[in-house]
Amino acid sequence: MTVDALPVPGPLLEARSIDRSYGRTQALREASLSVTAGEVLAIMGPSGSGKSTLLHCLAGIFTPDAGEVWFDGRRLDTLSDARRSELRRTAFGFVFQFGQLVPELTVADNIALPLLLGKARRKHAYERAFGSLRRLELDDLGERRTGELSGGQAQRVAIARALVTRPKVIFADEPTGALDSLAGEKVMELLVGLARQEGTTVIVVTHDARVAACADREVLVRDGKVTDPYAGQAVR
Amino acid sequence: MTVPLALLGLLDREPSYGYDLKRAYDTYFGRGKPLPFGQVYSTLGRLARDGKVTAGQSEPGDGPDRKRYAITPLGRQEVEVWLTEPVAAEPFLQTVLFTKVVLALILGHDAQGYLDAQRATHMRRMRELSEIKRGGALVDTLLADHALFHVEADLRWIEVTTARLGALAETVRGA
Repeated sequence: MTVDALPVPGPLLEARSIDRSYGRTQALREASLSVTAGEVLAIMGPSGSGKSTLLHCLAGIFTPDAGEVWFDGRRLDTLSDARRSELRRTAFGFVFQFGQLVPELTVADNIALPLLLGKARRKHAYERAFGSLRRLELDDLGERRTGELSGGQAQRVAIARALVTRPKVIFADEPTGALDSLAGEKVMELLVGLARQEGTTVIVVTHDARVAACADREVLVRDGKVTDPYAGQAVR
Repeated sequence: MTVPLALLGLLDREPSYGYDLKRAYDTYFGRGKPLPFGQVYSTLGRLARDGKVTAGQSEPGDGPDRKRYAITPLGRQEVEVWLTEPVAAEPFLQTVLFTKVVLALILGHDAQGYLDAQRATHMRRMRELSEIKRGGALVDTLLADHALFHVEADLRWIEVTTARLGALAETVRGA
């Protein structure tokens, strides 16, 4: 595999002037963003502003039409589909709004799944899965089918699954969008708390200011461009 | 705090009589709570005393004699600064946020820039309140929650107003 290398250590993840269109609709226009290792970043913006597209480009799910995406000193957008899939499985974790757990499998199966897909030994994968459940105080749910869980429990399981491979980055797209405010708050506390313990970088797309307030920093996507909302000066 | 600056802003558009200022204020900002005449003239008196407006000679009209007020460079500078500065994110800011946006649009200032700065200030406050909640006693958590919900309401208003800024500009300029 051939990848371009950054000449000097830079941000962990970076989008450089990326464009992305769906047919005639341009979702991203020269969008640029840098994320440092261990940072918790919120991407905010109105519906249709391009924030989820930006997340998908950063995670290597989409490739941009123009511009570059760099991860850990490597050019991500020019990797083959197979190599990007491998990277997503080994270096990235994902938490979505819903529909991410396999309902036919138990909670423990769902958490162990990324490790099993990565050819980990079964015993090791399940030890890790049950270890995660203990940390999340969900020990008694291990043998349950995920269809039996509440929305908040399902998101906690999704977080456990995202973290089980010890990824460098977790991408979360509206992780609390289907939850009430108290359940959403618990999910964010858990996601941010565990990520900080592990030194994992978190990029969360949200329209919810309370979710964004859990992050170290937020950026705003408007009309496909990333803007820095911290241009404000004195407060009166 | 808002009324003197709102009147100054309206005078920044053009010199006006007290009656016309009151009418303009009620059109843009009154919304069911018209400004009493007494408050208009007492405010203009204080602004004149502080060198932010000048009052012309009394002119005879149909009714009582009236004076035409004009903004001074000092007053104009105060309006310009005020329209760029975000206010501290505390509950019940609706009047001041709305007044700043509408005045910025009337005067052709950067309303979007103001809204972005205000949004950043509110987000900072949300982050502080979230920090208070983390590991805080239940009483502190519930008090922080109260403030958080109000700040969140302002943020939603900022978002909606940002999305409708073009339409609002047409409305206020045509009023």
